[in-house]
Amino acid sequence: MSETDASPEQASPTPPEPEVRERGANAIVDTAVTTALAIILALLIGAVLIAVSNKDVIEAMGYFGSYPWDTFTRAADAIGTSYVALVEGSVGSIGSVRETLAKAAPLICAGLGVSLAFRSGMFNIGAQGQMLVGAMAAGYIGFRWDLPPGIHLLVAVIGAVVAAGLYGAIAGLLKAKAGAHEVISTIMLNHIGGFLLAYALAQEAFQITGSDEPLSPRVADSARFPEIFGVHSGVLLAILAAFLMWWILERSTLGFELRSVGNNPDASRTAGMSVAKVYTLAMLLAGGFAGLAATMQINGDGAQLSDSLVGTIGFDAITVALLGRGSPIGTVLAGLLFGALQVGGISMQASPAGTPPELALVLQSLIVLFVAAPALVRHLVRIRDEQSTTFTAKGATE
Amino acid sequence: MSTGTDVLAGPAGPDVKNVRDRADVRRQVRFLVIYGLAALVLLGFALSIDNPTVAYSLAPKFDINDPPRDVNGLRIVWITFAITALALVAAVLNRIPRSVWGALISVVVGLSFYVGLTVWYFADQTETNFFITNPLPNTIQYAVPLVLGALAGSLCERSGVINIAIEGQFLAGAFFASVTAALAYSAYVGLLGGAAAGVAVAAMLAFFALRYQVNQIVLGVVLIALAGGLSDFLLGQIPTAGANPSMHEKLTSFETLAPIAIPGLSDIPLVGDALFNQTILAYIAMVSIALVWFLLYHTTWGLRVRSVGEHPKAADTVGIRVNRMRWQAVLLGGVFAGLGGAYYTAGSTGAFTNNASGGEGFMALAAVIMGRWHPVTASLAALFFGLMLTTEDQFGVLTKFPTQLLAAAPYIATLIAIAGFAGRVRPPAANGEPYVKS
Repeated sequence: MSETDASPEQASPTPPEPEVRERGANAIVDTAVTTALAIILALLIGAVLIAVSNKDVIEAMGYFGSYPWDTFTRAADAIGTSYVALVEGSVGSIGSVRETLAKAAPLICAGLGVSLAFRSGMFNIGAQGQMLVGAMAAGYIGFRWDLPPGIHLLVAVIGAVVAAGLYGAIAGLLKAKAGAHEVISTIMLNHIGGFLLAYALAQEAFQITGSDEPLSPRVADSARFPEIFGVHSGVLLAILAAFLMWWILERSTLGFELRSVGNNPDASRTAGMSVAKVYTLAMLLAGGFAGLAATMQINGDGAQLSDSLVGTIGFDAITVALLGRGSPIGTVLAGLLFGALQVGGISMQASPAGTPPELALVLQSLIVLFVAAPALVRHLVRIRDEQSTTFTAKGATE
Repeated sequence: MSTGTDVLAGPAGPDVKNVRDRADVRRQVRFLVIYGLAALVLLGFALSIDNPTVAYSLAPKFDINDPPRDVNGLRIVWITFAITALALVAAVLNRIPRSVWGALISVVVGLSFYVGLTVWYFADQTETNFFITNPLPNTIQYAVPLVLGALAGSLCERSGVINIAIEGQFLAGAFFASVTAALAYSAYVGLLGGAAAGVAVAAMLAFFALRYQVNQIVLGVVLIALAGGLSDFLLGQIPTAGANPSMHEKLTSFETLAPIAIPGLSDIPLVGDALFNQTILAYIAMVSIALVWFLLYHTTWGLRVRSVGEHPKAADTVGIRVNRMRWQAVLLGGVFAGLGGAYYTAGSTGAFTNNASGGEGFMALAAVIMGRWHPVTASLAALFFGLMLTTEDQFGVLTKFPTQLLAAAPYIATLIAIAGFAGRVRPPAANGEPYVKS
């Protein structure tokens, strides 16, 4: 017994270190290659989808026997037009880059929230509900309170972050104290958030004076994000938020506890950490990031609070976080990519091919799917390094 | 279980009487708080009713042959209060057993609270004259897809594969059920299409989770996004009414499933309509509960499925092919989830619309966890959700509560249920862990 007790203490701290570092250097290249391949594969499948569902192509298929070439030229045409529109619409001009950035900013913030919870071992599906509550707070402060410019914006942002944070903390608290599974509780809180917003929009306090529509007045100019280079400065805030999350995770005690609980809650409890506290705080922070995302939507362009303001950002944020693999920089890049896809998707519909913008959603999920299955990607493009062959061989033999 | 009861809760002997662990105290406090709140609210209801006459009908809708009858609502509320107060006293004395009987007490308190709330809600109407209808038929209808989804979830997760993607299976099932039903001019064929789509999503789940060991929660979320995106994309490609009216007409309008009344049984008062005058899908769901329960707990196949979900290595050692069992369980689950999805088009409204299942796949997932991964209790949880959704509809006719907050009630009830009663649940031990033979 004494032998085995002593040996790991001597052996474990030193040897893994260089191995981890070596893998770290390779991992970045590896990640970049797999991600690029995943994007290409997703675009290829997207191309097939466009081709087989385009109405001109279907028409040409009807006389495939007599003029088979027609089908292929029309398919190539539809695919080409759609993808050119996708690129031009998202990064083709200054205006479209601005749109992409504005679209990406809330995705990044909400994605950071999901990532943070993910790192503490919780699966936060609740970004949507947290954003709705944050939007209500920021909106109410924005159009009902009267404060000097600057301070007004600050108060609105803080209000949203606090409200959404507290709303997120409910799920953390329920998990910590009652053992309620966070996946269920955040799903329920999403629904409840939606109905809360609907209720608020039915109250006079949230409606335009004299109107009975479920639509709020515009946020006051003093509570709007100032514009920089034609984009609202919330975009900068998103980058700051990513930096903040990096700091929390890598440099703060809380971040250490958070990652520790995420890796092994039992070991962390034994080490004297309060797992309940970590769960609650992680969800509080995650909600805070979602609240920040909500301010981009409502304070960014001085929008009106409505039931469609948040859209599906809270759900897209989950895929953003997954693609970003829980890291702040990854989340920023993933948010930019998805922002570009969504903006480009709209111009795809406007193009002659008339491809539905939902293709962007399909591409998003395919990308994440392929990124999550690196072995499959390598298998498909026949990159046969040692590791991947053994990996697939294992899978094949079951 | 019942032997532990005596030691912890009952007076098993003078020595062990005062020995209580913290979990036991926490359990008592939880019952005290919940029963106490219920009793308090019911008391408030009883004291606030002015006009005790409430009308009710055993039929789901107004029926000239069976007109609504009047009843003294106040008396009913007092009775429900008395039941809740009794349970509260039992909780104070710490006499709530840990066995099935304890769960039954919770169910009875829940039901009396439901009855008390309904009676109070329909009491004291001044201008309108609405009556309480039989909630059971609609409850069953709402529960049908949830039950099917929950069965799919329990099958998958019992075998050790986490299935978040029930919502994705619903969406795919709903879309392809509507398309096949339209192309074949038959909603029954649509069911086959729905089931096939559910199996297709399940096959993707199994392929990526078992062959490539992708994180199953990630996979579930991705499959939901993929199914949602793909069905919306294809919906966008279906010709619009202007471009190709005949094709559009064909793809968007078809006959949905009609209820089939079982002669004799459907005339039973109270439950006849609910249980025996439903569409084929509801009967399939009812039979499926028994089927999945039997398969999982009374066949060799089920034992093997559960063993690979609890301890794959041990199962492998005795010669069970772990991944093959998991493939089978996931694909079979896909059939049920796809049928559940078909309910939203072929089974009810007809044409597919954007986000047809409206997040109810997540409710089915919640039912799986609330039901602790057991097909029967998961189906009961699904029924509970069905009752909640029906109540929301029923209460919507009056405005005693704001309608939007009323609509949130099922979800709040679920939150209370998982936080208050379900508590810490234990999933199958190897749930979500890929098995790689070493």
